[in-house]
Amino acid sequence: MFDAVIRNFGFLMGGFGVTLELTACALAGGITLGMIVGLGRISRNRWIYQPVTLYVNFIRNIPLILVIFWFYFVMPIIAGQPLNPFISAVISFIIFEATYFGEIFRAGYQSISVDLIHAAYSTGLTYTQTARYVLIPIAFRRMLPSLITQSIITFQDTSLAFVIGLQEFVRRASIVDNLEVRSIQLYGFVGIVFFIFCFIGSKISLHFEEKGRKTGVL
Amino acid sequence: MIEIKNVSKWFGDFQVLKDINETIQKGQTMVICGPSGSGKSTLLRCINGLEPYQKGEIIVDGESLSDPKTNLYKLRQKIGMVFQRFELYPHMTVLKNITLAPMKVLKKSKKEAEKKAMELLERVGIPDKAHEYPANLSGGQQQRVAIARSLAMEPEYMLFDEPTSALDPEMINEVLDVMVDLAKEGMTMIVVTHEMGFAREVADEIIFMDEGRIIERGSDEEFFTNPKNERTKLFLSQILV
Amino acid sequence: MAYNFDWSVLWRQPYGMWLLQGLWVTIKIGFLAWIIALSLGIVIGTLRVTPWKFLRLFSSAYTELFRNIPFLVQLFFWYYAGPMLLGDRLGHYVNQIMGLNYYVAIFALGIYTASRVAEHMRAGFASIGKEQYQAVLSTGMTQFQMYRYVIIPYALRIILPPLTTEFLTIFKNSSIAMTIGVAELTFMSYRIDAETFHGLEATTGAMFIYLLLGLTVVRIMGFIESKFKIPGMIGR
Ligand SMILES: Nc1ncnc2c1ncn2[C@@H]1O[C@H](COP(=O)(O)OP(=O)(O)OP(=O)(O)O)[C@@H](O)[C@H]1O
Ligand SMILES: [Mg+2]
Repeated sequence: MFDAVIRNFGFLMGGFGVTLELTACALAGGITLGMIVGLGRISRNRWIYQPVTLYVNFIRNIPLILVIFWFYFVMPIIAGQPLNPFISAVISFIIFEATYFGEIFRAGYQSISVDLIHAAYSTGLTYTQTARYVLIPIAFRRMLPSLITQSIITFQDTSLAFVIGLQEFVRRASIVDNLEVRSIQLYGFVGIVFFIFCFIGSKISLHFEEKGRKTGVL
Repeated sequence: MIEIKNVSKWFGDFQVLKDINETIQKGQTMVICGPSGSGKSTLLRCINGLEPYQKGEIIVDGESLSDPKTNLYKLRQKIGMVFQRFELYPHMTVLKNITLAPMKVLKKSKKEAEKKAMELLERVGIPDKAHEYPANLSGGQQQRVAIARSLAMEPEYMLFDEPTSALDPEMINEVLDVMVDLAKEGMTMIVVTHEMGFAREVADEIIFMDEGRIIERGSDEEFFTNPKNERTKLFLSQILV
Repeated sequence: MAYNFDWSVLWRQPYGMWLLQGLWVTIKIGFLAWIIALSLGIVIGTLRVTPWKFLRLFSSAYTELFRNIPFLVQLFFWYYAGPMLLGDRLGHYVNQIMGLNYYVAIFALGIYTASRVAEHMRAGFASIGKEQYQAVLSTGMTQFQMYRYVIIPYALRIILPPLTTEFLTIFKNSSIAMTIGVAELTFMSYRIDAETFHGLEATTGAMFIYLLLGLTVVRIMGFIESKFKIPGMIGR
């Protein structure tokens, strides 16, 4: 039943490896940039706040595929030579996902009241100690479920690198399908693999959400 | 001793504190009351160095808060503060909430800090809640933990900002009792509250604030029965129904 | 490498027309898929709160399945594997349909988005208190009447803001239909690149068209929200 999958298992899983690499790079960059974007979104300085807000609202209104194409077209112009599609895709994902992560961080930062910070200060904790033992742990616990959910979405989004010919998981399945015409099992298999990872991820997210609710952190 | 000398503070164009003068001696309890928005919380925050002020001076035991050489973090160690909404750390157990600052700031050992924390929990009447998370406690219990958390730093002064106004009526007394005990043991306290029963029992001085000014001060029954200022009279008649 | 910008690809014929045609296809896919998504989503979301365990299970299985697989994979599955699933004769017949990719895109996007609508419905129901249900039943309504006349309309209004976001998302997601050759907006901007090598200008133009589309949708939904909002609620 899964004959074509079995025959091409190594090739397919190689593509899955690329998908994982893409995801890892997109998450590392997207979360890092997202933290900064989140800070920009709560900035009182309008020279910071307004450009960042414009960037977030602009990107969030545009399909990811188009962002991927755009960078695919713009990178050679900036770099002066055709760029590796992997790098081009990673840059698009970082720019795109950072706006979503940024909103999660903004909400996390805003969930902490000024009085809580004052309470920490009033016991004599320094700025760094307050950040380390109070602010960051609380914000992190509050954001964790959303961060995991958005990471799952990012993982799924990387499949769109397909459109610039990057040989990730879906692209490899389609290559095999073109040769062997076994669409049901090939796309079925890809679907199952994605499902397993995303399903587990969503349960982990749910676990942290329930834990947060139980301890009253959320 | 805390001396407040001609302190004024602005938020942008808006003047919150207008030329405040006040002195709190060691061992005294001062109660501040006044309508919403009159600047009571702001004054407390200034005393703890949590907010800057633009004019005048606040001097705690001879050290001026506005002096750049003053180490505010060091100074805050001897001034505890309790907030209206408790502001416990929700991700830590009660015990952790109390031991955090003693361990990180005073570098006490875990054992030492926990021993002290348990004593304090005993004192505020909830030793059995040491391993609970704040969310599982009633409001009154949370506020008592917050008081214990401040006391763990062995402060010389305690500031209370409407500590009972977020509590259900049946829980107010359990918190006030703790505060009365503290006052009687000689803690120096500044308390923003509208609990006039508490003020009558322990206050050495009561001040009434309105629109950023102290417009009336008193030290005895006279303040309640025969206030000089019309605003005070009106305000007291509203809260002393 | 010096790059000579040529923004005229945005209006020069036939390219300007292509973008407009693409936009029209994007709008059609979005709207038609939304009709499927909303009606199916409401039904599946409501199944979550029925007293029958089997239906609840089906509903949660549906949402789990669709949201844990990338839409691109779902689309490929329906488009390439779908006809095979129908068997040789019927599949062959289906493959002859003109513009099959367009219909598959609408179908796939519709049932995918339905799972997201259903999830919002579930959250909406969850935010209605138990006592509300009891209050309705105490007026003598049947279970069915209760859902039909009170609970579902109420839940729908509660979830209007997230539904607005979903509606915006459906237009963005419709761009993925280009991968099966549907000539919507993103496809057209890519096609301009293939002919003129001015993909940068074409995609930039397309970005602004999507932005405009999004802003228009927000306007319309804002109007609808203000019409249906319950005084003292929503409008956060
Ligand atoms: N960070 C701030 N920026 C601008 N204005 C502020 C800020 N904090 C407080 N204010 C204003 O300063 C005034 C005094 O506030 P404060 O909180 O000190 O009043 P309060 O006497 O404690 O009132 P309440 O009884 O409501 O707690 C209010 O009008 C308030 O709006
Ligand atoms: Mg106040």
